[in-house]
Amino acid sequence: MTEALGDKIPEFNRKSNSESVSGFSGLTSLTTGRARTFLEILVIILVALVIIGGAELLIAALEIPHYVLPPPSQIGMALITEWGFIQPHLIITLYELAAGFAIGASIGFFLAAVITQFPFVEKIVTPYILLLVTTPMLALVPLLILRFGFGSEPRIIAVALASGPMVMINSATGFRRVDLAKIALARSFGANTLQIFTKIRIPMAMPMIIVGLLVGSIFGLLTTVAAEMVGGAAGLGARLTYYSSMVRMPQFFAIILLLATIGISFYAFFFWVGKKWAGWQA
Amino acid sequence: MHIEEFGSTVSAPGETGQGPAIRMEISQASKFYATKSGDVHALDRVELAIREGEFICVLGPSGCGKTTLLWCMAGLHDLSSGEVHLGSDRITAPHPEIAMIFQDANLLPWRDVIGNIKLPFEIKRRKPDHDRINRLLEQVGLSGFESKFPRELSGGMQQRASIVRSLAVNPSVLLMDEPFGALDAFTRDEMNLLIQDLWMETGKTIVFVTHSIPEAIFLADRVAVMSARPGRIAEIFEIDIPRPRAVDIMTTPEFISRVLEIKARIEI
Repeated sequence: MTEALGDKIPEFNRKSNSESVSGFSGLTSLTTGRARTFLEILVIILVALVIIGGAELLIAALEIPHYVLPPPSQIGMALITEWGFIQPHLIITLYELAAGFAIGASIGFFLAAVITQFPFVEKIVTPYILLLVTTPMLALVPLLILRFGFGSEPRIIAVALASGPMVMINSATGFRRVDLAKIALARSFGANTLQIFTKIRIPMAMPMIIVGLLVGSIFGLLTTVAAEMVGGAAGLGARLTYYSSMVRMPQFFAIILLLATIGISFYAFFFWVGKKWAGWQA
Repeated sequence: MHIEEFGSTVSAPGETGQGPAIRMEISQASKFYATKSGDVHALDRVELAIREGEFICVLGPSGCGKTTLLWCMAGLHDLSSGEVHLGSDRITAPHPEIAMIFQDANLLPWRDVIGNIKLPFEIKRRKPDHDRINRLLEQVGLSGFESKFPRELSGGMQQRASIVRSLAVNPSVLLMDEPFGALDAFTRDEMNLLIQDLWMETGKTIVFVTHSIPEAIFLADRVAVMSARPGRIAEIFEIDIPRPRAVDIMTTPEFISRVLEIKARIEI
């Protein structure tokens, strides 16, 4: 029976399906579907071992100097031995990122929700939002440091400015996707504007909101690290500058590894959220 | 009141006790749409009185304004002039006694069947009547499908779920907007039988919009034929076929002659 149902999928689903390309399709093959079998897990671990081991051997065989590219074993060791020094900076980076992203995403979401209800306002505001999206917010960091000093504030502001517009434009795309029949349905049961918003508009926009949060969080991470590299002594970005100036490459790469882990965690988290809250459109 | 033109069976509006009372009344309903290519005159002084517990079909060619009329009756559109009354209430906004069933089921794809059925309760901030919901699900043959999502259901099953959603809040008037138009012929027959059963059992007043003459005759106590744009009620046919009606009456000569009779009066 389930085969025959394919062509009963309403038009709305099909359309939005093609729109979702920007977001979740990348990892689909990795995370969708049933629990992986033992064999699959084994293969995944084997491939990882081959790549890491291969890098180790290759670096040794080609006699690449460790100050250019340290072997994985040294990077791993550095992560363990330096953990005590790195951890406080990790906390600071995560704090700046979380605070900036929370502020930016909230404002971006709120603006998207409000602005899309008023096409005229949207027309006026959109150019400025595009300006925020396309301008590297990093350029503002020196300016912000002048005003706020070398603490976390300028970075938080930069992160908010970088992630907010991303959340906003994507959410706005979602909110613009109106389905009048569904709104009429809610209204026919007596829904007020707020109920239409929470029960129809937000769920309908949810796939794009999640894409916005995903992209925004990655942009936020990039901006945090870069802002930390511009000035100040705290945070993983500042550590990168520090370790590279000391030519302590294993530690430098250990930081890179941490940053990559944070980025992938974000991706995986929002992918999971997307499957849970926006899975209906897949 | 504007009921005199609808024949002698309607003796008086309201609760006079003689003959069925008028449940809904549409008087002098006109509707203009402003579009880029000029004004569209969708409804032109529509007059219709719907009796308590009646099954009335509004039949007409595509674009004759029958859906517009239904949406106005649901309080989802405003009339340009004229009035719709439910009992003594003038309809200007959705009314709790009226539920609407839309084309293509109109289920929310992010909610499962039971989630969709609970939507009106959430909106009305009422506790879902689980006994009633389960009974209705049983009746339409959707028991066991509560946690399925719309994309996992066939078109007919989706429309069944949407019928349960509308009936669960126990409205007295059900407005149906070409609900089975997108279904195949077999499913459509099934759904017509189902809706007849539900109607006979619940005694709801049903206004059913369709462009299918046989469907209208099969279901209705009365068929209100609308003219092409601007939409007007051109004629009302009484259908006195005894109930319950079976699908095979649609092949009887009497039935076909009725179809032809109505067909002759409208330009479809």
